[in-house]
Amino acid sequence: MPTLKQLAKREEHFVSGHRLCGGCGAGLVARMVMLAIEKPVIVGNATGCLEVASTIFPYSAWNVPWIHSAFENVAATVSGIEAAYRSLKRQGKIDKDIVFVALGGDGGTYDIGLQSLSGAAERGHKILYVCYNNEAYMNTGIQRSSATPRAAHTTTSPLGKVIPGKVQFPKDLPSIMVAHNIPYVATSIPGRWNDLVNKVEKAVTFDGFTFIDVLTPCRLGWPHEPELTMEISRLAVETCIWPLYEVVEGKYRLTYRPKEKKPVVEWFKPQRRFAHLFKPENQQLLEDIQKEIDKRWESLLKKCEG
Amino acid sequence: MKEKKAGWKELPEGDVLEGASSLKFRTGNWRNRRPVHISERCINCFICWVSCPDGAVKVDSETGKFGHFDYDFCKGCGICAYECPKKAIEMVDDEG
Ligand SMILES: Cc1ncc(C[n+]2csc(CCOP(=O)(O)OP(=O)(O)O)c2C)c(N)n1
Ligand code: SF4
Ligand code: SF4
Ligand code: SF4
Ligand SMILES: [Mg+2]
Repeated sequence: MPTLKQLAKREEHFVSGHRLCGGCGAGLVARMVMLAIEKPVIVGNATGCLEVASTIFPYSAWNVPWIHSAFENVAATVSGIEAAYRSLKRQGKIDKDIVFVALGGDGGTYDIGLQSLSGAAERGHKILYVCYNNEAYMNTGIQRSSATPRAAHTTTSPLGKVIPGKVQFPKDLPSIMVAHNIPYVATSIPGRWNDLVNKVEKAVTFDGFTFIDVLTPCRLGWPHEPELTMEISRLAVETCIWPLYEVVEGKYRLTYRPKEKKPVVEWFKPQRRFAHLFKPENQQLLEDIQKEIDKRWESLLKKCEG
Repeated sequence: MKEKKAGWKELPEGDVLEGASSLKFRTGNWRNRRPVHISERCINCFICWVSCPDGAVKVDSETGKFGHFDYDFCKGCGICAYECPKKAIEMVDDEG
């Protein structure tokens, strides 16, 4: 695990001049993931804010080989590159050790990209897939995804007279990835740089498909004050809404345990998409959410003990 | 930054972009406030450096200490100031 002093000496592979919003969590995730990998690396990026804003023609913020794939198939695109690399290696035409990284938003990962993700995991390509999960389709103007939390207001789960924001709870994608029996699955946040760097470093050592789901604040869609990007991601951990854990060869381990579990409202407070939850008529909804979070947290703890 | 945009007829059908060419596109003029470093309070922990989504906090490679803010790219989000454990960064209104 490198110190910040050591990290700061590394070359940046995701550089300034990209056009993500000021304070965008996705920029932090991209920078930290790239800083964590010292070997030569090839990156694939599904359509979404990170891809769009980092490669606006004719500029690119990446100084490694990088490819844009369609919204739904970054895992397939990078699978192809990795398979070609393995073939070239077998033929003795290349001897470099190369790391393959696929980056996708929650829309491109939990929803439309789930099939290609599952295929790549099942085939066992040696790829690190990082989902920067900002909990909605942000690049097209904040539509709900299967990662959007219950009660969040989005343009397709709008707060109104009939529904109080999104009706469903988010899909548990890390569990789906664990069910693929891949060697490494983890959750992370940008607000704990060492957690993310550590997990990326570890993930790329496995000989197989690895997956990290990073809860990634979006100051425009959640919306929150831009300086709170890292803090809000930590609040999700402290409230046990987004526990930090890893699953190595099927074995669960909590990588951080909050000293004192905070009530879920602490996470809702700084985000306007949840402002309506504080109205008296939504008291029951708030309690239901707390109950569900408690249930998911307890079930995770059991997995970590077992 | 002002740039002359190519019309759709002039655009290539596909293209390979030059690595790190975004450094030619300065985002500093998005900013309406800017971080200012208070060196007496700084302990050179580099939390600000790792916390910048825009890579606009620079470490001085010779001294190994906090270097400067790159105002050509800093968007003024304030994360660095919020995260600094020593309150050694202050956000001030930006004129231009
Ligand atoms: C097949 C297809 N459908 C729709 C789109 C339009 N589109 C571009 S980005 C995007 C949303 C991306 O959401 P997500 O993956 O969560 O990334 P984010 O923008 O939130 O970073 C959509 C719907 C597309 N590019 N391709
Ligand atoms: S809309 Fe959200 S995810 Fe997209 S660039 Fe802005 S802050 Fe980042
Ligand atoms: S975070 Fe604060 S104390 Fe640490 S290097 Fe930056 S300015 Fe100095
Ligand atoms: S204000 Fe934001 S963009 Fe500017 S240096 Fe600090 S973290 Fe980076
Ligand atoms: Mg998204």
